Amino acid sequence: MRLNKIILSFVSALVILFSTSVASFAKVVGDKIILGAAISLTGKYSSNGVHTQNGYNMAVDRINNMGGVKVGGKTYKFDIIYYDDESNPKRAAQLAERLISQDGVEFMLGPYSSGLTKAIAPVTEKYGVPMVEANGASRSLFTKGYKYLFAVLAPANLYLDVAIDLAVEKNNGKPVTVAMAFEQDAFSQDVRLGVLDAIKRTGSKKVIDDKLPKELNDMAATLVKVKQMKPDVLVVSGHTKGALTAIRQIAEMKVDVPMLAMTHCDAAKLSKQHGKNSQYALCASQWHKTLTYKDNFFKDGMTYAADFEKEFGYDPPYQSAESSAALLVFKDAFERANSFDQKKVRDALAATNMQTFYGNIKFAPGGQNVDKPMVLFQVMCDDSGKCENKVVAPTKWASAKLIHPVPKWSER
Amino acid sequence: MDFMVFQYPMITVQACLDGILLGILFALIAYGMALQWGVMNIINIAQGDLVILGGYIAYFMYLYGIHPAWGVIVAPVIMYFLGVLIYKLVINKVVDRDLFISILATFGISILFMQLMNFAFGADVVLANSDYGTTMLFNNNVVLPNSKLFSAFISILFAICLVIYMKKSKLGRAIRATAQNARAAKILGVDTEKVYAATFGINAALCGVAGALISITFTIHPYMGLPYTIRSFMIVIVAGLGNLPGVAMSGMGLGVFEEFADYILGTEFRIGSVFLLLVLILVYRRFKLSRKREYLK
Repeated sequence: MRLNKIILSFVSALVILFSTSVASFAKVVGDKIILGAAISLTGKYSSNGVHTQNGYNMAVDRINNMGGVKVGGKTYKFDIIYYDDESNPKRAAQLAERLISQDGVEFMLGPYSSGLTKAIAPVTEKYGVPMVEANGASRSLFTKGYKYLFAVLAPANLYLDVAIDLAVEKNNGKPVTVAMAFEQDAFSQDVRLGVLDAIKRTGSKKVIDDKLPKELNDMAATLVKVKQMKPDVLVVSGHTKGALTAIRQIAEMKVDVPMLAMTHCDAAKLSKQHGKNSQYALCASQWHKTLTYKDNFFKDGMTYAADFEKEFGYDPPYQSAESSAALLVFKDAFERANSFDQKKVRDALAATNMQTFYGNIKFAPGGQNVDKPMVLFQVMCDDSGKCENKVVAPTKWASAKLIHPVPKWSER
Repeated sequence: MDFMVFQYPMITVQACLDGILLGILFALIAYGMALQWGVMNIINIAQGDLVILGGYIAYFMYLYGIHPAWGVIVAPVIMYFLGVLIYKLVINKVVDRDLFISILATFGISILFMQLMNFAFGADVVLANSDYGTTMLFNNNVVLPNSKLFSAFISILFAICLVIYMKKSKLGRAIRATAQNARAAKILGVDTEKVYAATFGINAALCGVAGALISITFTIHPYMGLPYTIRSFMIVIVAGLGNLPGVAMSGMGLGVFEEFADYILGTEFRIGSVFLLLVLILVYRRFKLSRKREYLK
């Protein structure tokens, strides 16, 4: 009997402890709206994970300092619970479960990368938790019929199709030959599909279609083929390692190609590593600070970049900008829903139609942002070897004229 | 499948040269592995991670404005002491145990190293620029980056130095004696503990050189070590222990094999083809062994 009593009191103590801990973490406590996020703070995505977190934090501070979120006549402030997902999809899914069922979070922010977003989306969908994500661009995220997933960025298949169009335009509207080298991950393969669509649309021809491994650090074979086939455009997508390897080996092997288009080529990183060798590379980007979008919180891209630099000590990559934009979307949706009901907030998110410093945001039924085109910039260096990204397409924002064709190595 | 590599003779030449230059570098790493495998009976899964760490040393020199080629001198010195330290902390506890234990221990070290490098240096892909330029052959149809030639040259240089050192020096003789029969060497007054530490240190130093060369020729990343471990394992399996010409030949063979696999099957199967080859060779070896056993019966 005594044992039973002990067990009973132990269990009830646990229940009380558990219920209080849930209550203390519930979605809205006092004047706080608590969002949950699993972020890669360690592991292979840790640098972009940190960019994402910095973007989130910057927007939270800014919104809180500028009056917070007004719902039902009361002012609330944002707060985020972060967990480290170790760049591991399984861990990310576990943490999403934990955030929702243990910490009682009712609104989520996305992790970094398409792969991790893919792991988390089924969980948030199961619990009906609205998630605004800023770093998962894979097309497959938006074809699964998810109702609670919203992405502020343009889907991956739109990354490089602009480059093909641009090449055709430079070729007086005639079709071009395209060499492609894509890593075998969800994101790059989606970029590839977009390029294939563009090739078909323009009647162009693909001459090389290589798949790159995840341990990529040598693409000499692909480049030898490029030298032999002499395509009009070379398209490479394999995250930063793809961009770095391509630039290094193109310069070393003196591969002449009229147009080189890539993803993940931050000019700062490329030119720090390669100096003038990175010149003339075309890079697809979600955002650039010189774009002229505006909002009330960050004003515009240039102001955002300056403020970000002041706070974190580096020029914001687009990963940070889009993460900040996710918070602006949440704030807007809460205020329009005027409620914390998940269903209502979800409907308000679906009806979003706004401009932020990052771009226009309007969601398609699949959850992807359809109102923000990608930009292409070209790495341009001055004589001292200092390189900068200059927007060259779309023409509306172009701050420099596209240099085409890329000068031959023998003439540089 | 794409047989372009055979349609244009220049591409065939290019693939062979690329493969040989790459293979020489692999052989250097494999030689270190063969050495410690032979002497200590330890298969070092952390081999590739030691290589990457050596690469980071060269990369940091490059960041601070020192030409990364000096990394081939600085990296082995630092890595030697690190190797000795790892030996004193971990390896000496597993050195005369079952092979399986040593694989587990070095696997642990490998994971630890990966995470520590990621923590300390970040997850970004980095490289060190040598600005060595390019050599063009056959009317500009075959290009050889000078960084690759430099890597191959340095690898050969270190291999030759090591062979001479092993033959002539006192420590070299002690290492060879220990490899032949550790117990007998001990009885004859060789301090095997010291020999083991030095062997592990020399292996780490070789990895350091190779890493510095890889950061000059390719790119490095905290999680890129495993393919180098697998390659050196495979080279050693083919060549056998203590067989330097064999290691060199099988290294170059593997390099050429990889290049051709890259052209014919596609870059995505490059590492995969190495794994496949490893399985085939192990099966073949087993098959040969079992035939031998039948004779014995």
